[in-house]
Amino acid sequence: MVPEFLIQIVDFISQPWPWYVAGPMIALIMFILLFFGREFGISANFRVMCAADGAGDYADFFKFDWASQGWNLMVALGAMFGGYLAATYFTPVDGQVAHVSQAAITDLQALGFEFEAGKVPLIPDFYRWEALFTLQGFMVIVVGGFLVGFGARYAGGCTSGHAISGMSALQFGSLVAVIGFFLGGLTMVHLIFPLLF
Amino acid sequence: MRLSRFILVGILFGITLYKSEAVSWFRIYEMFHFQSFHMYGIIFSAIAIGIVMVQWIKRRHLRSIEGQEIVFHPKDKSIPRYIIGGFIFGLGWALAGVCPGPMFILMGSGATVLVVFLASAMFGTFAYGLLRKRLPH
Repeated sequence: MVPEFLIQIVDFISQPWPWYVAGPMIALIMFILLFFGREFGISANFRVMCAADGAGDYADFFKFDWASQGWNLMVALGAMFGGYLAATYFTPVDGQVAHVSQAAITDLQALGFEFEAGKVPLIPDFYRWEALFTLQGFMVIVVGGFLVGFGARYAGGCTSGHAISGMSALQFGSLVAVIGFFLGGLTMVHLIFPLLF
Repeated sequence: MRLSRFILVGILFGITLYKSEAVSWFRIYEMFHFQSFHMYGIIFSAIAIGIVMVQWIKRRHLRSIEGQEIVFHPKDKSIPRYIIGGFIFGLGWALAGVCPGPMFILMGSGATVLVVFLASAMFGTFAYGLLRKRLPH
């Protein structure tokens, strides 16, 4: 028998979180990592994983003390576990839905997306193994992954490292990188999506 | 184990981004079409609070749990690496609908196909490592 207050806590967490809860939480996470003497930046893990797989034999870029970066792999592992917990135990009453605006729904339907009862799923259809063999799935997963991995290291960071950590520390380079992120993102959705979807 | 505390930080991060729907391809699509304030609210409020925290840490010379003063490493002064690298990252972010954090979170939530994304991202990082000396920085 589960106590009533525990059920209430789970129900409370299960609601969709508004931006003014998520934003301060992310700032708190960055602060905890700083307090632990570390800098928040998830994409650095790709370099660590390459180095751990022996990429140092091919390029000096991967010759560094990657074993000291185990903490960051733990953050990534925790993130996976957090995703599992959120998806398994904190489902909102209307299911795993992305509560996007009506304007976005109309746009997506015009692109050919079909939604049951106007509900947009949190996870799109092309995040499935079978979808890898379609043009969309291949582009999203394989090409998207390559661009993210290449671009994040070229720019020296991703959303967490530049947009959150770097901008918080008022780093000029991070501002330039975030402008780059947006120029790239806008180019993709406005110029390339019409060809792809 | 001292590393276990970082797993807890990761769990908090995973639940936050999943519950705020920031992991959703559709939220990223909506963001790049300026059709909702949601994602901007998350990013801007995190930065606004982050700026205050960083200034506080710097002025008070706060020390980390390990006793050293918390320092912020200045980034390179270069423009090309940030704008070109950022542009390539942005193309991938909008296309895939995930950046590296949400990728790990969604893999854990059951979208196992994202291990292919991870392999591809590692290959992208490897390709950058090989080409680095020939790219403008």
